[in-house]
Amino acid sequence: MKLKQLTSIMVATGLTALSGFSQAAELEITVQNLTRGIYFTPILITAHSPDQQLFNVGEAASTELQAMAEGGDISGLETAVDALSADTVANPAGGLLMPTAATTTTLSTMDGNTALSIVAMMLPTNDGFIGLNSWMIPEAPGTYTVYLNAYDAGTEANDEIRGGGAPGAPGLPVPPPLEDLVGNGGSGVTSEMTNATVHIHPGNLGDDEAAGGMSDISNTVQRWLNPVAMVTVTVSE
Amino acid sequence: MVNQQRFGLSLVALSCLVLTACDHNDNDEPAPMPPADVSYSYEVTVQNLTQGQPLSPVGVALHGDAVMWETGMPASEALEVLAEGGDNSDFIAVEGVLASATGAAPIGPGSSETVTVTVVNEPDTFISIATMLVNTNDAFAGITGHGLSELEVGQTMMMVLPVLDAGTEANSEAAGTIPGPADGGEGYNAERDDADLVSFHPGVVSADDGLMMSALTSAHRFDNPAVKLTITRTE
Repeated sequence: MKLKQLTSIMVATGLTALSGFSQAAELEITVQNLTRGIYFTPILITAHSPDQQLFNVGEAASTELQAMAEGGDISGLETAVDALSADTVANPAGGLLMPTAATTTTLSTMDGNTALSIVAMMLPTNDGFIGLNSWMIPEAPGTYTVYLNAYDAGTEANDEIRGGGAPGAPGLPVPPPLEDLVGNGGSGVTSEMTNATVHIHPGNLGDDEAAGGMSDISNTVQRWLNPVAMVTVTVSE
Repeated sequence: MVNQQRFGLSLVALSCLVLTACDHNDNDEPAPMPPADVSYSYEVTVQNLTQGQPLSPVGVALHGDAVMWETGMPASEALEVLAEGGDNSDFIAVEGVLASATGAAPIGPGSSETVTVTVVNEPDTFISIATMLVNTNDAFAGITGHGLSELEVGQTMMMVLPVLDAGTEANSEAAGTIPGPADGGEGYNAERDDADLVSFHPGVVSADDGLMMSALTSAHRFDNPAVKLTITRTE
């Protein structure tokens, strides 16, 4: 009984302390694609309360995250974060973010929305995405740089062949700009999924045959090493 | 440790005495002294963290507030020469470079080399450093336009570097296109047959991992980071 009281006091103190650091902020955010040959689908940038996460490594993806990672559809995540009173910018690049291209946007955050998350699907992959998970927005004005890794949503086998982007549909979605960059007729790298939680992406395997082979991905161009994206956040005075 | 501290203390005491002894000058108008030149020296240590990618002799340049490459922009010709062939001579001679230094030899996996670069009366310089991973088509590692003005004498900054792709030569890994010992092929070639944009490097594939025409093996594969860089201001 006494312990419980103590705990509640500690929580209350913690909240008070937190509220001192939760003021609104004006941010300028740049997301740059660092890869040689991977495209990012529409990006979701959201500032939210730090007790929320879009994903967590080692935990199963939500259906909204799955839709983003398998097909680039951020509408479900956007609805979910809107319901949490998050401050959100959806699709700042207005479509695909090309290899090495950058997109810049501004974001005004409300009191309490002190954590920043960013996600976007990586193409061509089955369910790979760039991820920034609840990064605490610094209070001090200045420019901050964060490098993002590639994650695997753990919702689809990485067969690396043409297919669909709807949740549960096997294969890679291939939107028109990528039509000539993705191969054809691959037999499929694997039909197995060995980790059904979000994890660091093992990388594309690819092959050196545009037609046939086991993968429709080019192994010299559409692989990557982490990090895959650079995020620059400027906190205004 | 204790002895060392005592030694340090006695040195301080001694220098006070000397100062006191010197502070005895009846001349009211000392001869004007020209301001003494101030040297700024930086020791740059590059260590190779890869398993099978010798690094070309490192190029180090001090310059004003500028960058010598940028992710998402085409590489300069000087950078192309370095990244395709390991030759840093153009890179360190770019217009605007105030001082430069070059490594004496390639740096093998696990090894490191230290070079020193010095400028006089230039406290607010920026440093660019680059080296090629020689068993690749055009991979390099480095930093560019890194400000040094806040580095105090004796202070060290350490960072680890990712591998970049100059984007000036396709990563074919084909025999005859890689200048390093894995192939002994061509270095610099003015033709640009790749994205013509600097990016992070996707890694080498190698024949062992499905690129049949590759002159490379699994021994030449790498991941980030590939280079450890240490910069110490020595004066």
